[in-house]
Amino acid sequence: MNNVFGDRRAVAVLLGPALLVYTLVMLVPVLWSLGLTMFDGNPLFGFDFVGPQNIRTLFEDPRIGDALWFTVKYAVVMTIGQVLAGYLLSLLYIFALRRASALIRTLVFFPVVLPTVAVALLFQKLFEVAPQNGLVNELLNTVGIASIDWFGSGDTAFIVLALMDIWRSMGFYAALLYAGLLDIPDEIFESARLDGARGWRLVRHIVLPLSMPVLLSSVIFSINGTLKVFDSIVALTNGGPAEATTPLTLYMFQTSFSYGDYGYGSTIALVLTVLCLGVTVAIFRSSRRDLTRS
Amino acid sequence: MPPVAATSLGADAVPHEAAPHRRPGPTSAGLPAPVRPVRRSIAAWFRRLPVRIAIALLLLVDVYPLVWLLLGSFKTQNEFLTEPSWSLPRSLSFDNYVEAWTGGNMAIYVRNSILATAPSLFLIIVLGVAAGFALEVLVWRGRHQTLLVFLVGIMVPGQMILLPLFTAYFQLGLTGTLWPLIITYTATGLPLTVFMMATYFRAVPREVFEAAALDGAGALRAFWSIGFPMVRNAVFTVALVQFFFIWNDLLISLTFAIRNQLRTIQVGLLSFTGEYGQTAYGPLFAAICINVFSTLLLYLFLNQRVMRGLTSGSVKG
Repeated sequence: MNNVFGDRRAVAVLLGPALLVYTLVMLVPVLWSLGLTMFDGNPLFGFDFVGPQNIRTLFEDPRIGDALWFTVKYAVVMTIGQVLAGYLLSLLYIFALRRASALIRTLVFFPVVLPTVAVALLFQKLFEVAPQNGLVNELLNTVGIASIDWFGSGDTAFIVLALMDIWRSMGFYAALLYAGLLDIPDEIFESARLDGARGWRLVRHIVLPLSMPVLLSSVIFSINGTLKVFDSIVALTNGGPAEATTPLTLYMFQTSFSYGDYGYGSTIALVLTVLCLGVTVAIFRSSRRDLTRS
Repeated sequence: MPPVAATSLGADAVPHEAAPHRRPGPTSAGLPAPVRPVRRSIAAWFRRLPVRIAIALLLLVDVYPLVWLLLGSFKTQNEFLTEPSWSLPRSLSFDNYVEAWTGGNMAIYVRNSILATAPSLFLIIVLGVAAGFALEVLVWRGRHQTLLVFLVGIMVPGQMILLPLFTAYFQLGLTGTLWPLIITYTATGLPLTVFMMATYFRAVPREVFEAAALDGAGALRAFWSIGFPMVRNAVFTVALVQFFFIWNDLLISLTFAIRNQLRTIQVGLLSFTGEYGQTAYGPLFAAICINVFSTLLLYLFLNQRVMRGLTSGSVKG
């Protein structure tokens, strides 16, 4: 029996191609990118070895600080927003809608599969101020508030960005957390109800503690996704106005492809990777839970 | 191991059961029935009013922007400039769609997207399912470590591999073709696929494969005749998940589709405003609609599977 499943030739045939592609197109480039941080230039004009110059630039470049700060700010705000909105929705599904929730869940999930570019262009038009007021400004006008130039300043652009990404992803986190809430045995709710727990107290003392593991995984997924945010920002603001909404991902992209500086570009990519891995490890450490068992 | 607690990966390997239904929740029980049923139903209606309002708002916020988009795609430029944006279109004309499809090159962009997505999906599935089987069902030293190596790929941001790949494709002379997209999509789709497939194979009882071995099947035969058919359902789900990742991708296509003729639908849509000038509303709305409602069509028929698949692939973040 073990001879059959320990067949080395079969392992090579089945795993070989995938491992080869994965190694050549992902693992090797990661190492190559590490090497590129020591160089200056791009494939069109060739590379020059500069040693740790790029790392030094990192500490003198004011834009990297802004991009890093924006990335962290975006990740924190979005993670809280996405998971909170998703959690509220999942509570709504479970306690208010119950069996009837299937249709609502399906509808609220729909924006998740929409192409980010399409959603971003839609939101551009929704929040437009010139030459034509979009729906949002028209709404503001009817209640007596003057039109706002949403993409004119970094703060308002950030609000639109936050609204858009929460609109896009709340259905996803709602579905994820809903699945987690379904796993809580009904008996627990029954007995809590017999003990007199209702409404907010039921949520606070029974539901919240029991859904902690799935909440924590949602937070990890969300942080991991939001630290890498690219599509929505490129399509909605393209980093503007005046770099006010430029995260590390976009800064890396611009440095590499607009300014042709591959060396510094891969240095920024390295910062991003370290940030992603660091945050994930930190959350795992601090939670001290075995998330693989639930 | 990465966080997989919330997900129910195993669900797809076995035939589907109906989703578990929760019994009526805590809020509905416990009140003594009032004397007159009519009054009770009115009271109940009002007690549920906040919930009803919340649901109505939710639906409004979720659905209305899309309705607004669809209505806008039928308007003329004149209607956009002179009427409020919530007004209905005066006629149901498809001129904007024709303009976006031909004049706006959406036809080329959609074709490119299909040409890049189909081969990538095929390769991801063929390579990923086989690798998942080799890592989960076959027994050999180092398989757990190999699975971990694949998992690292889920966490690494795409930016980390773009520059070396661009250099390599440039030197191989591939930059004028769709190959860079196909190769990169295949490689970036593999880690999640391998991980998900390994989990699905874990849910298949080992006895099934042992019985096949007793009947004289080799490892390859066990994969092809037993393993693959048993996870067929899961394969379809994984393919669906990967389809959305690839079809909606912007980072990779923006990097490698450098010529106009190679643009995918997302890159094309992004440059749509730039080429047409900011003010060509109708064709732009129609182009967004083409993009949005092509995924809607898929979602309409397969929504339960899409939801299950995407939530179980959430490790990707």
